[in-house]
Amino acid sequence: MFSFQTIVENFPVLLGSARYTLLISVLGCIEGLILGAVICAAALSNKRWMRRIAALYVSFFRGVPLLIQLLAAYYLLPVIGINVPALAAAVLTVGLCAAAYLSEVLRGSLNAIPQGQAEAAAAIGMAPRDVWIRILLPQALKIGLPAIVNELILLVKASSLVTVVGIVEITRMSQSIAAATYRPLEIYLAAAFIYLVINLVIAQAGRMLERRLTV
Amino acid sequence: MTEIIQRYGPDLLTGFGYTILSWALGTLLGLVLGFMIEIARRFGPAFLRYPIRAYVEFVRGTPFLVQLFVLYYGGPLIGLRLDALPAGILGLTIYGSAYFTEILRAGFDAVPVGQVEAARAIGFRNTTIITRIMVPVMMVSALPALVNFAIILTKETVILSMITVPEIMFQTQTMMSETFAFVAPILILALFFWGFVELISRFGRRLERRFTHYLLDRS
Repeated sequence: MFSFQTIVENFPVLLGSARYTLLISVLGCIEGLILGAVICAAALSNKRWMRRIAALYVSFFRGVPLLIQLLAAYYLLPVIGINVPALAAAVLTVGLCAAAYLSEVLRGSLNAIPQGQAEAAAAIGMAPRDVWIRILLPQALKIGLPAIVNELILLVKASSLVTVVGIVEITRMSQSIAAATYRPLEIYLAAAFIYLVINLVIAQAGRMLERRLTV
Repeated sequence: MTEIIQRYGPDLLTGFGYTILSWALGTLLGLVLGFMIEIARRFGPAFLRYPIRAYVEFVRGTPFLVQLFVLYYGGPLIGLRLDALPAGILGLTIYGSAYFTEILRAGFDAVPVGQVEAARAIGFRNTTIITRIMVPVMMVSALPALVNFAIILTKETVILSMITVPEIMFQTQTMMSETFAFVAPILILALFFWGFVELISRFGRRLERRFTHYLLDRS
């Protein structure tokens, strides 16, 4: 029999673990944006080797499953002498992966900005770095907003994979509750429900932000 | 090294086979299910629209891993007792169908209404309109997104290892825990997927050229 009581009893604990899910996905998204901007700048650079590196980075991090990237970070970082806490490794890896996708988002958005903007900024004597930070990036972020929100939703879902490095976020928590209560169906559905609500809220917030920015 | 290859080589090959099998079946069945859902939404009765929308939102709004857990560990409670591999393939099918159906919807929306009306005017039946007019035209705009999602699905197959489907990730993890060698297996695994994904995207581009051939010829 479907037991709502199990869900009700365990819901607060499950909901509490959502803070790690949010922490990892939001920090991962911010890291991905910053690093993604750098990679995007490299991809648009006029130096060939920089474009090569950017292309290789994007192809690698988009071509290899995140689960493998996470295991690599977990097992390989200590081998080369870097010992970081699991949470930091998880955020770092999720961010590295997000950077590959977000650099492409930013590249697409930058293409949509009229050429004249950068030229005008250069003409009034702005340094190339300022042109990037003050003119191009803010507009790219605005144009790319729907895609960035989409990426954040993907990250919320992808963060379920960090269970493999032992962080107790929603999925890991639901695994242990399911094991303790023998009610996997109810608990996993409850976990799915929490993810769904988080993502619907993010999507709605994104739409509201979009409307505000475009008015 | 040769010992390790002798000991684990066959297992890894088997794992590779399961990876390809679950990806191919998951993609194919997902595409078929997604297509059926889209046809039901487009041509079926209106009351189907809300459940379909809820289905799509649920599948797209929750992590694939959690869906697999619901299916594999929660399934038996409602009488759905599946082995790991069928559960994994069913999971991929369900996951894929929700995304595929949205891609197909956008594709069908892009088919000019005039073409459908013209076909109807000269007496095409509904099924013929779908197979002869809508699908070929829709494929032109939807194919890149379909291939893209098929690529995403290759990467989702590694998640099947978490419900003990003996695919390549599962085999590699078994090997790692028995030999305590981590570096080489993980790198090999990463390179394998990198290559696999490149291969499919090449194939996708070729497929795209085939479907859009008639457009290229004229311009």
